[in-house]
Amino acid sequence: MCGIISVVDRSGAVMDGARIRDALSMMDERGSGEGAGYAAYGVYPEFADCYAIHVFFDNIVETKAQVDALLQTWGTIVHDEEIPTYEQPHLKKVHTPWRYFFRPDPTLMTGTPSPEDDIVTYLVMKVNTTMRGALIYSSGKNIGVFKAAGWPEDVADFYRIQDYKGYIWLAHNRYPTNTRGWWGGAHPFNLLDWSVVHNGEITSYGTNRRYIESYGYKCTMFTDTEVVAYLVDLLARKHGLDEKLAVRALAPPFWDEIDRMPPKERELNRAIRLTYGSAMMNGPFAIVVAHRDGIAGFTDRIKLRPLVVAEEGDRMYISSEEAAIRRIAPELDRVWMPRAGEPVVGRVRR
Amino acid sequence: MTIGSVPLRYKVTIDPERCMECGRCIENCPYGTFRKEGDRIIVAVSRNCTACHRCIAMCPRDAISVVERPVDYRSHPLWTPEAREAIYNQARTGKIILAGMGNALPLPSIFDRLLLDACQVTNPSIDPLREPMELRTYLGKKPSKLAFRRTETGDVELETKIAPNLMIETPIMIGHMSYGAISLNAQLALARAVHETGTFMGTGEGGMHPDLHPYQDRLIVQVASGRFGVDIDYLNRGAAIEIKIGQGAKPGIGGHLPGEKVGPDVSRTRMIPEGSDAISPAPHHDIYSIEDLAQLVRSLKEATGWRKPVFVKIAAVHNVAAIAAGIARSGADAVVVDGFRGGTGAAPKVFRDHVGIPIEAAISAVDQKLRDQGVRNEVSVIASGGLRNAADVTKAIALGADAVYIGTAALVAMGCRVCGTCYRGLCPWGIATQRPDLVARLDPVLEGEHVANLIHAWTMEISELMGAAGINAIESLRGNRDRLRGYMLDEGLLQVLDVRTVGA
Repeated sequence: MCGIISVVDRSGAVMDGARIRDALSMMDERGSGEGAGYAAYGVYPEFADCYAIHVFFDNIVETKAQVDALLQTWGTIVHDEEIPTYEQPHLKKVHTPWRYFFRPDPTLMTGTPSPEDDIVTYLVMKVNTTMRGALIYSSGKNIGVFKAAGWPEDVADFYRIQDYKGYIWLAHNRYPTNTRGWWGGAHPFNLLDWSVVHNGEITSYGTNRRYIESYGYKCTMFTDTEVVAYLVDLLARKHGLDEKLAVRALAPPFWDEIDRMPPKERELNRAIRLTYGSAMMNGPFAIVVAHRDGIAGFTDRIKLRPLVVAEEGDRMYISSEEAAIRRIAPELDRVWMPRAGEPVVGRVRR
Repeated sequence: MTIGSVPLRYKVTIDPERCMECGRCIENCPYGTFRKEGDRIIVAVSRNCTACHRCIAMCPRDAISVVERPVDYRSHPLWTPEAREAIYNQARTGKIILAGMGNALPLPSIFDRLLLDACQVTNPSIDPLREPMELRTYLGKKPSKLAFRRTETGDVELETKIAPNLMIETPIMIGHMSYGAISLNAQLALARAVHETGTFMGTGEGGMHPDLHPYQDRLIVQVASGRFGVDIDYLNRGAAIEIKIGQGAKPGIGGHLPGEKVGPDVSRTRMIPEGSDAISPAPHHDIYSIEDLAQLVRSLKEATGWRKPVFVKIAAVHNVAAIAAGIARSGADAVVVDGFRGGTGAAPKVFRDHVGIPIEAAISAVDQKLRDQGVRNEVSVIASGGLRNAADVTKAIALGADAVYIGTAALVAMGCRVCGTCYRGLCPWGIATQRPDLVARLDPVLEGEHVANLIHAWTMEISELMGAAGINAIESLRGNRDRLRGYMLDEGLLQVLDVRTVGA
C-alpha cells in the first residue's frame, strides 16, 4: 500500500502545507498510522545558500556535540536550532528533530567537480553509519523534510506544516513492511537536492544496493526507498543523465519494444540497458522524485502500483489516487494515467 | 607378497527367467562384460563393468541389474574402500591415477544450502505465462557510464561506442568440450542445440571440424596452451574467442589427448600428426604474467578486426578474485570461472578431487572484488563447474554471474550416465570416444533435440523462479544476494557469499 501525493507549481509560486496535509489525509486507508512525511522546496529562503541539514537525535546530550564537531571540521554552521514541534495526543516524540544551516568548505575536498555536494554526501553517510543516535534525513539547499511515525494529519500538525511554504511538495503515508514504523523509515527520503517518495517494494534491491555501494553510497535506513535517492543522484548528478534518460535507466522498455525502435533509438536504449542494468528497478512501485527544478513520477515496467497525474493551471499533481488531488483541487484541467514506466515531468520555469 | 585382486566394483547379473538371449547387451558393451555361452548369455567378466548402463538401457526385458560394491570391506571411516583401492592401484603401477568427470568426494554442495525467495502479499509474483519475462543477456564489456550529445533538433544521441557483445536469450551456454575429447556427433548435437535455443557453445581446444561450419555463428572458439587447431580461419569463424588458462577439474595442469584418439579427422582438425599425443602444457608458454595475457587478448582482437569478444577462462583457485580483477584489466570481455566440480574427460584424480574451490564461493568473491575495484562492467562473469539444474543456474546468477556454462548436464541429456570412464575412449553412448561404431550410436539430430529440450526446460524454470521472486528482467536477479538465504552454512561462508541466514 502506501499513498503518495506531490505537487509542483511550475511558475515557482509557493503554496503552504495545509492543503497537502488535507490531500494526504484522504489516503489514510493506504497507511497504518506508523509513518508519514512531507518534503517542501523553497522553505528556507533566508538560508537559501546553505545546506539545510535535518537530524533526528535520540537525545541532544551526547550525540549532538559529535555532529556539531564533525560539521565544523568540514565547514561552517551558519545557524542551528531545534525544529519546532507541537505535541500531539497520538504521536510519541521519540527523537528531537534539529536543523543546521551549513556551508561546507570546498577547499577541503579535492579531486571532484562538486566538492560541496560531495562533502555533504560524505557527512550524511558518515553520520548515518557511524554515529549511533543521530540520523541525517534531509540535506538539500532550501529544502526541508518533515516526517515522523504517525498518521498524516498528526505528523503535519506535529510540525505545523501549514507554517511552511514551498513551490514543490512531496508527501507520503506509509504502511510499513520492511521496517517497523520508525521515524527514519518514513518517507520522503532525501539526499542533497533529491527527495523520493515511493509506494511499493523493490525486488531488485539487492542488485541496486550492491551497485550503488560500489560508488561509495551506503544504504543505512534498512528500507528499499533510499536506494532510489542514491540511484537518482548517481545517474542525474554524477553521470549527467536528464530526467527522461534517468527514468529510462531505472525502468527501461522491454527488449521486444527496443527491438522494434528505429536504429538510433534502439542503439540508445540498448546502451542504457547494457550500461545501467544493475540500476534497473524491479518489483511493484510508483515513485515521485523531486529536485529543485521540478518533479518526475514513474511506475515499474508493468505498472503494479497506481499513479495518476493532473494539471490545474501552473500546478501539476502526481498522486496514488485522484481523490487526493480532487480534495484540494476540485476543478482540474486535465487528469491522466501515465503508461507503465513512462516518466511524467513537471518542470519549474526559470 | 601379492596384493591379490581387489573386490569387484560392480556386480552384473542377468535374470535367466527374463533374458530372451537377444544379444543386445553383448553388442552394446564395449568393455566385454557379456559373452554368449551355448544358447545362454552369461556375465563373463563383471569386473569390466563401468556402470555405464548401456546394456540396461538396451535390454528389452529389464533382465540386467548392476550392484555397486557387492563385497564389503571391513568398514572404517578413514580407510574407505576408495582410499584402499587407490593405494593397491598405485602400489602395482607406480603411476598417477587418472579419473573422469568431476570431483567425486562427498563434499557438501553450497548450492543445496542456498534457498531462493518468493513473493507473498507485499508484492505480487509475476506470471511468466501472462507477463513479459526477460532473460536476454549480453556478454562482453559495457561502459560504466554513457556520454550523450544533443543534436540541433534537440534529440539525444549516443556518443559512447559499445564494444561487441554476445547476445543470448537464455543465461545457459554449453562449455568447451573439444573434438577429440568428445566425438564429432556429440559436438554436432550440441551445435544443433545451441543453434535452436539462441545460445552458444565452446569448441574446446580441438579446432573446428568442417561439419561444424554451418553452426559457426554459435561457436566460441578456444585458444589454449597447446594452440591446437588455431589459425586465422578458425578465429574468424567463431562468434567469440576464449583463451583457456585453466580448468576446474584440473587447475594448474595442462591436458593430454592420447595418440590412439588422434585419428585422421582429429589429426586434421587439431593440425597435428596422426597418432601423436596432443599435449597441452600447463602454462601458455607465451603467458608468464598478466601483461602477457593482455598482449594475447589484444593480438587476438587485432587479428580478428576487433569484431569479437575475447573471454578468458580460469579455474576457481584460492586467489580467483584477484586474478579475475587482473583479467578485467587485460582488455578481455568476459572471465569464465570454472569451479572445482567441473567435469573433464581425463584428469589426475588427485587434482580432480583436491585442487580448487567451489564455484559458489568463487563467483561471490569475483563479483565483489570487481565491484570493489570499479571494474565490474569491464567484464562479464560466466560461471561453470557442476551446475546440475535450473536452481543452480538461478543461484549462480543471484550470486553475481552473468551467465553459465554447462558441460556434464548437456552430456547427460545425450545419454551419459556419469560413469566417469571417459578417459578410456570407449564411451558406449558415443560421446567420449572416437571409435566409429560407438560414435555412430549417437544421432546428432535426436540428441540435439534432447539438449535443446533441456535448455528450454531450465530456461522456463528460471523464468518461473524469477516471476515468483517478482523480477521480470535477469539484470535484477544478477548479484541480487538479498534473494538468497543460507541454510546451515557457517558464518565465514555466509560472509564470503554476502548472504544472510534463513530467517534473517
